[in-house]
Amino acid sequence: MPEYRWPEIGTTSLIGKRINRVDGPEKVTGRAKYTYDLKRPGMLYGKMLRCPHAHARILSIDTSEAEKLSGVAAVHIVQEPGTEIQWAGDDVVAVAAVTEQITEDAIRRIKVEYEKLPHLVREEDLAKAGDRVKPFTEQVTGDPDQAFQAADTVVVEGEYGLPVVTHCCLEVHGQVAEWEGDRVTIYPSIQGVERVAGQYAQALGVPASNVRTLMQYVGGGFGSKVAADRWGTACAQLAKKAGKPVRLMLERKEDQEVAGNRPSDFARIKLAATRDGTITAWQSESWGTGGPGGGGSPPIPYIWQIPNQRKIHSAIATNCGPARAWRAPNHPQACYLTMCPIDDLAAKLNMDPLDLVVKNVSLLGPRAELYRQELAKAAELMEWKKNWHPRGDRSPGPMKRGMGLSLHTWGGGGHSSECQVSIHPDGSVEVSLCTQDIGTGTRTVLTIVTAETLGLPVEAIRLNIGDNRLPPSGNSGGSTTVGGVSSSTRRAALNALEQLFLTVAPSLGVSPEQLEAVGGQIRVKGDPTKSLSWKQATAKLGVASIKEMGKQPGPQPNPGELTSSGVGGVQMADVSVDVETGVVKVNKIVAVQDCGLIIDMKTAESQVYGALIMGICYSLMEERVMDQLTGRMLNANMEFYKLAGLADIGELVVHMWTDPEQQRRGVIGLGEPPVISPGAVIANAVASAIGVRVPYLPLTPPRVLAALEKGGMV
Amino acid sequence: MKAFEYAAPSTKEQAVALLGDRWEEAAILAGGTDLLSCMKDNLMAPSRVVDIKGLRDLGGIEYNPQSGLRLGALVTFEQLREHPQVLSRYPGIVQAVEGVTSAQIRNRGSVGGDLNQRPRCWYYRNGFGLLAKDEQGRSLVVDGENRYHAILGNEGPAYFVNPSSLAPVLIALGARVRLFGPKGGRELPLEKFFTIPKTDSEHENVLQPNEILTEVLIPAGSWQTATYEVRQKEALDWPLAAASVALKLGGAQVQEARVVLGHVAPIPWRVPEAEKILTRKTITEEIAMEAGKAAVGQARPLSQNGYKVQLARVAVKRALLRAVQGGA
Ligand SMILES: Cc1cc2nc3c(=O)[nH]c(=O)nc-3n(C[C@H](O)[C@H](O)[C@H](O)COP(=O)(O)OP(=O)(O)OC[C@H]3O[C@@H](n4cnc5c(N)ncnc54)[C@H](O)[C@@H]3O)c2cc1C
Repeated sequence: MPEYRWPEIGTTSLIGKRINRVDGPEKVTGRAKYTYDLKRPGMLYGKMLRCPHAHARILSIDTSEAEKLSGVAAVHIVQEPGTEIQWAGDDVVAVAAVTEQITEDAIRRIKVEYEKLPHLVREEDLAKAGDRVKPFTEQVTGDPDQAFQAADTVVVEGEYGLPVVTHCCLEVHGQVAEWEGDRVTIYPSIQGVERVAGQYAQALGVPASNVRTLMQYVGGGFGSKVAADRWGTACAQLAKKAGKPVRLMLERKEDQEVAGNRPSDFARIKLAATRDGTITAWQSESWGTGGPGGGGSPPIPYIWQIPNQRKIHSAIATNCGPARAWRAPNHPQACYLTMCPIDDLAAKLNMDPLDLVVKNVSLLGPRAELYRQELAKAAELMEWKKNWHPRGDRSPGPMKRGMGLSLHTWGGGGHSSECQVSIHPDGSVEVSLCTQDIGTGTRTVLTIVTAETLGLPVEAIRLNIGDNRLPPSGNSGGSTTVGGVSSSTRRAALNALEQLFLTVAPSLGVSPEQLEAVGGQIRVKGDPTKSLSWKQATAKLGVASIKEMGKQPGPQPNPGELTSSGVGGVQMADVSVDVETGVVKVNKIVAVQDCGLIIDMKTAESQVYGALIMGICYSLMEERVMDQLTGRMLNANMEFYKLAGLADIGELVVHMWTDPEQQRRGVIGLGEPPVISPGAVIANAVASAIGVRVPYLPLTPPRVLAALEKGGMV
Repeated sequence: MKAFEYAAPSTKEQAVALLGDRWEEAAILAGGTDLLSCMKDNLMAPSRVVDIKGLRDLGGIEYNPQSGLRLGALVTFEQLREHPQVLSRYPGIVQAVEGVTSAQIRNRGSVGGDLNQRPRCWYYRNGFGLLAKDEQGRSLVVDGENRYHAILGNEGPAYFVNPSSLAPVLIALGARVRLFGPKGGRELPLEKFFTIPKTDSEHENVLQPNEILTEVLIPAGSWQTATYEVRQKEALDWPLAAASVALKLGGAQVQEARVVLGHVAPIPWRVPEAEKILTRKTITEEIAMEAGKAAVGQARPLSQNGYKVQLARVAVKRALLRAVQGGA
């Protein structure tokens, strides 16, 4: 059995280099087909009639007029009369017809009577939430009362908060469903091709073996595309009834209202330190909503092991579309709610926040030393010490500049994964596993791992993913994909190579252990003159291909293994604020990030760039605006749900931490962690610029101006 | 979207004959960047769509020092931005155009469409009606989410803001519009074109369902213009508040001033109070600030849009300074 390790640092020809995304040309030329692009023969267009009320009971449904309309092929009631609807936009009746227009016309002909029930769709004011508040139990560590009252203690108190934001995947949720007898093929837009198959089987009441799921490209998920969803099952039901394939993709408006969001979090926070800046105590009363279920509690204080704590969280049940995992669930909120008070504490202590953080670095646990080094690197890239000024930029004119910092962590250990690597007699190589590339670069990484292991160029590898008949390799969530699938692929490739060595060793007159695969050759270690080209070698297989499996059990705790868990990073932002208009512009963000062994530097950096952009969006612009009077989301579009464009981004500096110690930790996920800190760094930079805390994200002109009016510099 | 008949006339007489007496009968299609969204969202459901892009005499930009500037209704934002005389003589127009940062909308959106586009009020766009009332007839805006709504001219029942970026600068330049209907043409000052509707069935201007806006005429005259928009972001978005100014200068002194606010009232909002302050003054930071203050003297913000008073004040100040300094 081969030794399952990554190649020695410094010996690789592909791993760790900057390699272009292998599917880049497919994507930019439009050859890559997303679910939205699929057009199956005879395909019908499905749409959903949705409940216009935030809270209501369905009294009756009359679909007769819709069914009469010519071109309508199937009508399927998703929620029957009597059902209590908990959020506006929830699915009621699905329709499929020969054109989108006819489907829409049919939907308009359906008559549904509702009994309207009282709703709550806003949660930022805890006092107005009434019986919708579900308090968790209070948690106390140490002796917070004593710590807050101790002599020589400096205390800051404030309110902070982040609203609900949505995922805004470039491709909305949806799928195509097609039956052949009692077998169904689903083409979903999903983060888990394999797992969703089981969900369809269960929901449709067919044997799991009858469900095939296929997906090559998905236009983003960010945590929101991990389930079959009621509209997915309804799509399959429509296809069954109609006897034709049906495509049902959500409208953008629907996607915004019902297909997931990140829970809000608001908090009243008290934080204490001794006068020399040693952090001693934390107290928080927090609340937020994840929709009708209320939602979970953010892990605050985030990453700081503050000795004395009192905290209580309340979940508020609202009549809004339910939350889903949103890139690093709960971490961006917790990070914001922690790093902003820490920044305010530094201001009150008249300390540079960098000094305060470094002074308390021991509260950061086992990662403390790495954080210290990363802080130093980020400070260097930001020229922090040169540019930092005490709160409030005193320079003349309306443009004020400031800097902020934050740090974060994430798990990211690889999930279990199985992979098959085949080496064919003609020299071609196939890698097969049921994973998916959700834009994170999975295809590229797997191609690199296989090519590196077999000593081949990336072009020589053919990769099969996105099909539930391939070896199971899990959902893409929690940044667990890259660690899992790169490890199973490495194992499978090493196993296959071992078989190839066994076959060709006799012809080179050596034992298999003496062979290596380098530069398109199988050669004898230490004697490069004794070699076979890859093709000569594989020709010796005769007619039988090598097919070897690799099984990765999940994360491995010991250093030197293929994947482990636990990454972190430090970010710093430099912003300008126009104090006459409240408009904030990001000048620069520095991100220093560790994530173990990096397979492709380019796609790794891409993850960080993307996260920073997403971070700028949720810090400055994004917010789900719910209207208490109508119970509806008012900005369920791409117009008043604001996202940054290129000109709003500023300079992004990404530094991946690649010291040998990191590389020995194996491959660890990276998709989520860099999106955690931007809220805190940008908000802290704004406070540094204008001399006053703007408590709530997004940092919009009205909020910035209100904060300035309360106690800013003008 | 309701199924509709598509008509592509080639003369304005034909076009007018294809329009109806009621808005439901027909809609004019220019670039379609607003009309199609309204139809898809079922805010407008015309039985016929009359595409006017084939009407030759609705195109073209003509500049003549004696008669001024003529803009055909079909002139696009991008054509304005590329026209040499517009560029050199009307920076206030170009600045308004450049605020629209989407190349697609600049290439497609027309002058006539910009002046006739419907409000972006999110209650209206979500199907709660132009005047956004609940079942009891109470305004949804007043007690609801009104951060982007009007701070001036908002006595009700209309609280939306006029969305046009071109209208304020064109009004500041004293532009007139020509309308063509079944009884022939009529001409009126652009300032008088916009109206504040009192009922849901009224529109935001005097155009009749069977009329077409055919051209915009800017009289000759040597005006220094500038537009300043406060935008939260640079990627495609709407201004939170904007001001366009036109100044007739004698030396450094203002002989005559026109100040028009955008995105703060249901119509482009001309502010004589600010204009008065500027007359016979030299524009300085202080005077500009004073004019800004005067411009919002009558503002009556709603529950969430008080900040727009400050933004409008700053927009006036910055537009004035821009007009006399040129450039930024
Ligand atoms: C996200 C977004 C941001 C935007 N930002 C801005 C902005 O900042 N500032 C701004 O000004 N605009 C902005 N726009 C709007 C854009 O400028 C308008 O949609 C465009 O100008 C409309 O022109 P059009 O030719 O496409 O009109 P159409 O969509 O064809 O028509 C619009 C309306 O005007 C009517 N109409 C068109 N031509 C005539 C005519 N000649 N006579 C009578 N009626 C006519 C139509 O019937 C229709 O009701 C934005 C649009 C979007 C989607």
